[in-house]
Amino acid sequence: MKKKSGVFRHWVQAAWFALTNGYVSGYLQGKIFTGKSKTICVPGLNCYSCPGALYACPIGSLQAVLDSGSFKLSCYVFGMLTAFGTFLGRFICGWLCPFGFVQDMLNKIPLKKKAKNMPGDRYLRYLKYVVLVLFVLILPYFAKGDLAGTPWFCKWICPSGTLLGGIPLVIGNEGVRSATGILFRWKLWVLIAIVWLSVKYSRPFCKYLCPLGALYGIFNPISFYRLKVDETACVKCGGCQKVCPMDVKTWETPNSAECIRCGKCMDACPKGAITTSARELWGKKSGLEEAQ
Amino acid sequence: MSRNLSEKQKSRIRLGLVVLSVVLIGLGIMQGEPATVFNKAANICLECIGIG
Repeated sequence: MKKKSGVFRHWVQAAWFALTNGYVSGYLQGKIFTGKSKTICVPGLNCYSCPGALYACPIGSLQAVLDSGSFKLSCYVFGMLTAFGTFLGRFICGWLCPFGFVQDMLNKIPLKKKAKNMPGDRYLRYLKYVVLVLFVLILPYFAKGDLAGTPWFCKWICPSGTLLGGIPLVIGNEGVRSATGILFRWKLWVLIAIVWLSVKYSRPFCKYLCPLGALYGIFNPISFYRLKVDETACVKCGGCQKVCPMDVKTWETPNSAECIRCGKCMDACPKGAITTSARELWGKKSGLEEAQ
Repeated sequence: MSRNLSEKQKSRIRLGLVVLSVVLIGLGIMQGEPATVFNKAANICLECIGIG
C-alpha cells in the first residue's frame, strides 16, 4: 500500500513533466518552443528555455516583468502565483515540480548513508526566503545600469535552468555550445553540488533554496488543499515525521510551510488519522450519494 | 497563527485570495504583461542557461 501510493505520485510527476515539456522537436533540433502557450506560467520550477517547455516558468517570468522597468508590480505573474498557492499550496512541490521529481529520483540512488537534513538545517531553512526576497524581487527590481535586466536567480542559482535548459541546449545547439564560458561552468558546479546533496539528503533544494517553495509555503495553512489530523485518533507516535522528506511534525503542524503534500505521512500513520481536505470532501460527497 | 483562525475565517481568506488573483491577472493583462512574459519565454534566455 505504502509503495503503491508513492509510485502513483512519481507517475503523476512524470506525466506532468511530459505534458508540460512535450515539444519533442526542441530536444532533437536544439531549439525552444515559441507558441502562444508560453504566455502562461506552469506552477512548478520549469525553465522556459528547456527545449521541450510548452509554458513559462513563474520565477523567470516574475523577474522578467520586474526587471523590464515598465511595470511597478508584476500583477499578471503575482496573480497566477496567488491562484496556484491558494488552490494547491506546496502540493505543487510534491506532485507537479520537475526539479522536485529530479530530487526524488536522485534520493533513491543507494550510494551512501542517507540523512534527512543537512547540518545547520534549522537556520538553512530560512535561506529560501532570503533567495526569494533578494534574488527574485529586490535585485531584479532595483538593479540599475549594467546590472539592470538581469534575472538574478536564474543567472546565478537556478539548477533547474541548467539541467532542463542549459545542458540539452549545449548538447543540441552548436551556437549555444560555442558561447559557454565561466558562467556556465559556475552553474554546472551549482547543479553538481545540488545533485550530490540530493543523493544524500531529501529535497535539499526545496528545503533550503527554492524561492517558489518559499512562496507557496506561505499559502499552505489556508490553501484549499490541506492536511487534516484527527486529534482523537492520533497517538502522537511520530511515525509521520519519521517518513516525511521535509521532516515535518505532521501531528503538530499538518499545514506547516515546509510540507510538500507528498502523502507519505498518510501512508505511515498506523491509525489512519491523517487525511486531506480533498479526500474529506470526496468522502462527504460519496456519503451523501450513498444516503440518497 | 493559522491555527487560531476558524474555518469560516480561512474560507473567507481563500475566497478573497481567489478574487485577488483574478483581479491581479486582469490588471496584468490590461498592462500588457503577458507580452513581456511571452517575449522572455519564447526566446532562449541566455542567463537562465548560464550563457549570458
